[in-house]
Amino acid sequence: MHPVVKLVTQRLALGLLLMLAVSALIFFGVEALPGDTAQAMLGQSATPEALANLREKMGLNEPVIWRYGHWLYGFMTGDMGVALTNGEDIATSIGSRLGNTLFLAFWAALISVPLAILLGLLAARYNGRWPDRLISGVTLATISLPEFVAGYLVLYFLAVKLQWFPAMSMVFPGMGVFERLQAVILPVIVLVMVVLAHMMRMTRAAILNVMQSAYIETAELKGLSPLTVIWRHAFPNAIAPVVNVVMLNLAYLVVGVVVVEVVFVYPGMGQYLVDHVTKRDLPVVQACGMIFAAVYIGLNILADVVSILANPRLRHPK
Amino acid sequence: MLDLVKTNLLEIKNLRIEATSYPPGEAPRKVVLVDDVSVAVQQGRVLGLIGESGAGKSTIGLSAMAFARGGARLAGGQIMLNGRDIREAGAGDLRSLRGREVTYVAQSAAAAFNPAKRLMEQVIETSLHHKLMTRAEAEARAVDLFRKLGLPNPETFGTRYPHQVSGGQLQRAMTAMALCPKPDLVVFDEPTTALDVTTQIDVLVAIKAAIRDTGVAALYITHDLAVVAQVADDILVLRGGKKVEYGTTDQIINAPQQAYTQALVSVRSIDHAEKDDSAPVLSVANVTARYKGTNFDVLKNVTVDLSAGQTLAVVGESGSGKSTLARVITGLLPAAQGRITFAGRTLSADLASRTKDDLRELQMIYQMADTAMNPRQTVGTIIGRPLEFYFGLKGDAKRKRIQELLEEIEMGAGFIDRYPAELSGGQKQRVCIARALAAKPKLIICDEVTSALDPLVADGILKLLLALQQREGVAYLFITHDLATVKAIADKIAVMYRGQVVRYGSKTDVLTPPYDDYTDLLLSSVPEMKLGWLESVLAARKMESGGN
Repeated sequence: MHPVVKLVTQRLALGLLLMLAVSALIFFGVEALPGDTAQAMLGQSATPEALANLREKMGLNEPVIWRYGHWLYGFMTGDMGVALTNGEDIATSIGSRLGNTLFLAFWAALISVPLAILLGLLAARYNGRWPDRLISGVTLATISLPEFVAGYLVLYFLAVKLQWFPAMSMVFPGMGVFERLQAVILPVIVLVMVVLAHMMRMTRAAILNVMQSAYIETAELKGLSPLTVIWRHAFPNAIAPVVNVVMLNLAYLVVGVVVVEVVFVYPGMGQYLVDHVTKRDLPVVQACGMIFAAVYIGLNILADVVSILANPRLRHPK
Repeated sequence: MLDLVKTNLLEIKNLRIEATSYPPGEAPRKVVLVDDVSVAVQQGRVLGLIGESGAGKSTIGLSAMAFARGGARLAGGQIMLNGRDIREAGAGDLRSLRGREVTYVAQSAAAAFNPAKRLMEQVIETSLHHKLMTRAEAEARAVDLFRKLGLPNPETFGTRYPHQVSGGQLQRAMTAMALCPKPDLVVFDEPTTALDVTTQIDVLVAIKAAIRDTGVAALYITHDLAVVAQVADDILVLRGGKKVEYGTTDQIINAPQQAYTQALVSVRSIDHAEKDDSAPVLSVANVTARYKGTNFDVLKNVTVDLSAGQTLAVVGESGSGKSTLARVITGLLPAAQGRITFAGRTLSADLASRTKDDLRELQMIYQMADTAMNPRQTVGTIIGRPLEFYFGLKGDAKRKRIQELLEEIEMGAGFIDRYPAELSGGQKQRVCIARALAAKPKLIICDEVTSALDPLVADGILKLLLALQQREGVAYLFITHDLATVKAIADKIAVMYRGQVVRYGSKTDVLTPPYDDYTDLLLSSVPEMKLGWLESVLAARKMESGGN
C-alpha cells in the first residue's frame, strides 16, 4: 500500500476512535451530574409518582450503557432528541444555527488565513526591520484585546459613530447573501483580529526556520529576489507547521465564537449553547458538545492529512 | 596591461573580507576572514582554492558572486567580473549577475536542493528566471547535461525529487544546475568532499568533462590537494585568510616553495612497522545483524580478529556496514547470530546485560567530537566522569589523574577548566581520546575519528593514537572510509562491502595485488597527488573493460 494511503487511513481511524471517546466523556459527564432529565423537566415540586412515570416513559430506567448506545445511534442517524425547554427537535434547531456559525466562520477564515500568511511572509522578508515590527506589534495588540472589548470598540466606532454597519447582526431565513454579509461584517472583523496574530506569527517563525537551510542560499545565488525565494523555496517547506496552527484557529472560529455571538446578538451555535446551558437543557448541551468536538477533531485530522500530503518524502517514496 | 585586464574573466585584487564576532560577555570584535588576496581567472581556465577549514576559501569563492555569508562584509579591494567591479554593484545588479554570469555548486547537494521541488524545476529555474531560454529549451539543455554528466535515465531524471536519488547523482545534478544557464564562471565549493571515493572519482570525471565541453571557467574549492591537482590549471594555497602560495598546478604539486605547501603535499607520510599477531583481544565470529523492522541483513556473516595492542582498520564506503559492526560490538545493536569474544569472555549481545568491566574495557571515540561532549561541562568534568564511575576517584586524586591524561594527549593541564566551545576541532578530538583512555580500556573503537578534521590536524591525531598504542598497549578498531588513514595506522585491514567482509588480512597482504574487484576499485579510486592521475586511472579501467 502507498505509505500516504496508510498514514491517512491511520489518522482517520484515530479520529473516529477519538470521537467515540469524546462521546462517552460527554454522555457520562452529563450523566454524572446530580438529578436527571425527568427531574429537570418536572422541576423541584414534582411528585415521586410523576417522576417515576416520566422515567418509565423516557426509558431512563434502562441500564446506562444501553441508553448511551441508543443516544449514540440516534446521533449518528441524525436524531438528536428533543429540547427539554421547548420540545423542539434539536437537529432542526441546530441545523440553522450551525449554518449561521459556519457562514460567519467561513468569511472570517477567508479573510484571515490569506492575510495572516501574507503578513507572515512579509514579516519574514523584513525580519527585524520596521515592517516586521509593525506587523508583529499590531497583530499582538489585536490578540491581546479581549474579544468583548474588541467587539464593543468595533461597535462603538463603526456602528454607532460612523453608522456604516448595523450594530446587531440579525439574520433570518430567506435573507439574501449580500444582506447577510452586511450583517456579519462587524463580527467577522472582530474574529479576524482575534485569530490573525497566531497564524501570522507561526508563518513567520516557520519561514525563518527554513531560511537557515542551505537550499535557501542556493536560491539566493540563483539571483532570485527575496520574496521569490521566500514564496517559492521557503514556504513550501514551512506548510506543515503553518497548517496545524491554521486548523486550530479555524476550529476556534467555529467553537470559540460564543462571546462574539453574544456581543453582536448573532443567532449561531454559541448563543444557542449559552441559552440552553443556563436552562439546564442537557440533551442540547450534549448535542452541541458533540458537534464542537467533531469540528475540532475533524479539522485537526485535516491538518495532519495536509501535512502528510505536503511532505514529498511521503508523497513520492523512493 | 589593458590587454591583460580584458582577458581576465575574474580578477580579484587585494580582497579583504571582515566579519564581526560577538563573544559572550565581551565587546563585539572585528574579525578579518580574508586579507589582501589577489587572483585572476581567464576564460575557460580552472583555479583551485585550497586550504584547511577557516582558510577563507569558500568566502573567496562566494565573493566572486559578491555574496557574503552570515554577517561577513566585502570590506576592501576589487572584484572585477567581466570588466566591472561587482563589489560596488547594487542589489538589482547582483541579482542579475548571480545565476547568469556566475553559478555555484555547493558542498552538500543533499542540503542544497529544495526537498519540496522536483529536480528539473530547480535545474532550469535560473535559466527561466533570467529569461535566458524558454522552458522547452531549458529542459532540453538540462536533459542534455544530465546525459553528459552520466546520470541514469536522463529523460526522466528531472521528474524525481532530491530524496529519490543518491548523493553522487545529486552532486552531478547540482553541476547540471550550475551549467544550465550557460554561465561564464562556476564556483565549485568542495563538490566531492561528502562523497565516497568510488563515487568521487565518477563525479570528478563528470565535472572535468563538463568544464572542458562547455568552456566555462571555474573556481574549484577543496581541502584535498590530490583532488584539485586533477582539475585545476592554477592553484592558490590559503591559510588563515591569507595567500600562502599561488602558481600553476604543476609548480604547486611538484615544486612547492612555501613550507606550508610542502607540508600539505607531503601529508599522509605517516608509517609504522606492522605489529605481529598475538592473543586476540577481540574475536567477531560469523556475526549477522539487522535493524528492527527491516528484512535485510546489514551485516552478513562477519568474522574478524584483533590482537592485543594492534590496529584493525575496517574500511568501506557509506552503507557498507562498518559503523553497524561497531554498534554490534558495543552492544548498541544486538547481533542476530554469531559470537563476540572480548578479552577471553563471551560478550552478551545486548548492552544491558554486560558487566561493568566489559563496558570499561571497550571504549569508543566518535567522528563528531563536538556532539560527543556535553557543551556545558568543562574538560575536567568530561574526562573525570569515567574516572569517578569506573575507579571511584575523587577530589585531588581525580584532578591529578585528569592532568596526567591531558599531558598524555599533549594538551597540558591548563585545559582542565576550559569548555568544549573554547577548543579547536583537533583539541576536542584529543579530549575525547583522553576520556576513552581514562577508563584504561583494552580496545578503543574509533569511528571515523579523523574524517571531520583538516589533513594536518588529522595527522596529529593519528600520530597521537599510534604513540598511545605503543605506551598503553591498547588495541584499536579503526573505522574509516579513507584509505590513506588506513595505510598510516593499520596492522590488519578488513574491507567491507554491502555488509560483508570481502577482503581481510594483514596490511601488507590486503594492499598487495592481486586484488578482488571491489578492493581494486576502492584502491584505484583514491586520488593521488600527481598530475594526470585521473586520466591514467580512466585509461586503465577502460582497457580492463575493453579486454573483457
